[in-house]
Amino acid sequence: MSSSLASPNSLQSVGSLRYRPALARNRRNQLFTAVATICAAVAVLPLILVLIYVLIKGGSLITLQLLIGLPPAPGLGGGGIGNAILGTIIVTLIASAIAIPVGVGGGIYLAEYSRSGPLARFVRFGTNVLAGVPSIICGVFVYGLIVSTRLFFDQSYSALAGGIALAVLMLPTVIKTTDEALKLVPDELRWGAIGIGASSFVTIVRVTLPAAFSPIATGVVLAIARSAGETAPLIFTALFSPFWPEGVFSPIATMSVLIYNFAIMPYEVQIALAWAASFVLVLMILAANLFARWLSRLAQA
Amino acid sequence: MVGLVLLGILFTVLLGSRDAISAYGLSFLVTSDWDPSADRYGAFTAIYGTIVTSLLALLIAVPLGVGTAIFITENLIPLRIRQVLGVMVELLAAIPSVVLGLWAIFVMEPFIRPGLTSLHQLLGWLPFFSTEPQGPGMAPAILILVVMILPIITAIARDSLQQVPIELRQAAYGVGTTRWDAILLVILPAAISGITGGVMLALGRAMGETMAVTMIIGNSTNFSWSLLAPGNTISSMLANQFGEADGQQVSALMYAALVLMLLTLVVNMMAQWVVRRLSLKYS
Amino acid sequence: MTLSQLAASSQQDAFASICLSLQNVGISYGASQAVRGVYMEIPRGKVTAFIGPSGCGKSTVLRALNRMNDLIEGCSLSGRVLFDGQDLYSRDVDPVEVRRRIGMVFQKPNPFPKSIYENIAFGARINGYRGDMDDLVERSLRKAAIWDETKDKLHESGYALSGGQQQRLCIARAIAIEPEVILMDEPCSALDPISTLKIEEMMHELKKSYTIVIVTHNMQQAVRVSDMTGFFNVTVGDQAKVGCLEEFAPTEQIFNAPRQQATQDYVSGRFG
Repeated sequence: MSSSLASPNSLQSVGSLRYRPALARNRRNQLFTAVATICAAVAVLPLILVLIYVLIKGGSLITLQLLIGLPPAPGLGGGGIGNAILGTIIVTLIASAIAIPVGVGGGIYLAEYSRSGPLARFVRFGTNVLAGVPSIICGVFVYGLIVSTRLFFDQSYSALAGGIALAVLMLPTVIKTTDEALKLVPDELRWGAIGIGASSFVTIVRVTLPAAFSPIATGVVLAIARSAGETAPLIFTALFSPFWPEGVFSPIATMSVLIYNFAIMPYEVQIALAWAASFVLVLMILAANLFARWLSRLAQA
Repeated sequence: MVGLVLLGILFTVLLGSRDAISAYGLSFLVTSDWDPSADRYGAFTAIYGTIVTSLLALLIAVPLGVGTAIFITENLIPLRIRQVLGVMVELLAAIPSVVLGLWAIFVMEPFIRPGLTSLHQLLGWLPFFSTEPQGPGMAPAILILVVMILPIITAIARDSLQQVPIELRQAAYGVGTTRWDAILLVILPAAISGITGGVMLALGRAMGETMAVTMIIGNSTNFSWSLLAPGNTISSMLANQFGEADGQQVSALMYAALVLMLLTLVVNMMAQWVVRRLSLKYS
Repeated sequence: MTLSQLAASSQQDAFASICLSLQNVGISYGASQAVRGVYMEIPRGKVTAFIGPSGCGKSTVLRALNRMNDLIEGCSLSGRVLFDGQDLYSRDVDPVEVRRRIGMVFQKPNPFPKSIYENIAFGARINGYRGDMDDLVERSLRKAAIWDETKDKLHESGYALSGGQQQRLCIARAIAIEPEVILMDEPCSALDPISTLKIEEMMHELKKSYTIVIVTHNMQQAVRVSDMTGFFNVTVGDQAKVGCLEEFAPTEQIFNAPRQQATQDYVSGRFG
């Protein structure tokens, strides 16, 4: 037992368990910890800066007049972004009305009717590809399909076209979350329902969907929040309008396009309106995100 | 339905770009002449801008994002703070691109301009820094892209790190690794397939990202090697010109859109391929 | 050797060289206490087994011996764990150093996703081993009784081995960093009887050069391999169940003449 014989002598020098900061491995350890800390700080910094700027700069401009007014003509003062707020809501509603039924339906098809058939595999692949298509391409697509062909009542740019473009963007997210949420529902639940004589349609509507409601709702809320902030698909579909919305077949103002258009104008008033619209938009989106977070926590509890 | 939409997109873009493809062929990709008044179009400036901005943004964002992911998964700091940081990074992903663009124009660009100017003075002999920075340009576009893709990389890297089985961590610590030896030599290699997939997805996103880039890149159709000069990407060119274009220009823009689609498609398929390859290797 | 002789000699030995000494150790996960009031002196150069019903905290105590519990969020320890007279939980102790001197083999075989050779060499290399690596790999694999099965495929993945082989590879990995103590957390629970037998035979060899502490569900295994046995039990505390050390004595005594009724009940198979 040489080790125990040697130990009384070597205990102090070799045997010590004491932390030695000068050791190469400990130095390296501290260096990397510092690097990771810096990374995290740098990653979070822009968020804080952007939020602070938007909240202070935009928030200080918010008045009732601003929330219900129309944007002024270039060079004039006053005005508001009321039409853009309303427009964002309308366009997002149109997009949701299209994308949610279609997306949830597609997700149900994937998860419940055809889990691994060739068609399902193709649809899953297609969903992934579609999710990777740049949002500006969705705009180009809807422009080519609807705007340039004057598909709806000979109107070119319209709120409806903008809504469809956003719907194309939302679709893959909604399909994916529905598909994944339904796959998480335990099979026992389905068998239970089918076992007492329910048809597969009734099983899905009355048992499976409610069980997966919360994750689906979370995904849908996140998709809506994302589409509300999208600009690229709207700039040549919904276009912009300095007036109150005139129905879904006319061009419509949205906050995101307003920010884009006004940010590059040389007028102080317009730039201020862009900041104010950013404030409203960011608040809406953050609220939706926190709501989605709350929904998903509801699911876990 | 999805397939229909996808085919519809492809069909629309192909149909729209038919004229330009037959008129310019592949030389469209390598010439940088973009002159609507003379109906001469070459998209090299925009293609160069797309690839350079997204790759450089990736180069900066990957180490930052992976570092942040490590910071919020490995127990360097109390759980509570890590959770808050995680939520913050996710919220960063939710900020609309157009708001970031606004911020980039009025806050970030003026702030970094002195730095870019000294970069020019120091390294002006390199073609990449050969012009005086004058507001909008590729460099600020790259930085705002970094801000935009960081949350994607961080979120995916974090998920991949969290999926590394606890047994593997124990194995590493059990043979007496320090925390960072365990992270760098065992945990990170085990998570590499997921992280690489996330990086590729982020690359696809960076290539297609439109608004913030359009607002800050300067939208110049004149080619320059310099990162400090105004430039263009395919998507910013689309955003900027599509609304007012007609005739042959629409077709040329559709052609550019087709190129962008193929680029992102290739990147996304490569992402799925890489993930499959690497996850086979490690399991 | 009679029972009393053995007890006497082990007592003598224990005074001469106590390897690990637990003094009033309690371990909690967050607010809930898992184990409390553990006093124990683990002798050097012997095999010590922890037995007890599930949930009694025997694995938790084992992991406390090389600060593996540090990896678990919210896990805290009270009392003292002395190793060679040094408190493992003192503020200035480097847990990395602790784990290098006290190696560990886990319940589920967990080789690295690397080659067999690298599985052994990795730990040694990060521990600053300067000698002949090929030699160290061979020695470690031989000691873990897996050399013959692996010598022709050292550069294949560790995952290509069977479960029993993987576990012996993990033991070889632990040996390669030349620790003083090897902790084994139910090393055979996922293995077939033949692999189990091989590992038990190996432990008889290993205890010549290492102190071994093993957690086992299998009482026969404790009888076969260990010199000392600690019986942990679950007691219903104030609100929740808490584990505690019921009895700690030479293995023969635990299985033939336990002092506690609970030990008697457990080893005779009345519960657990």
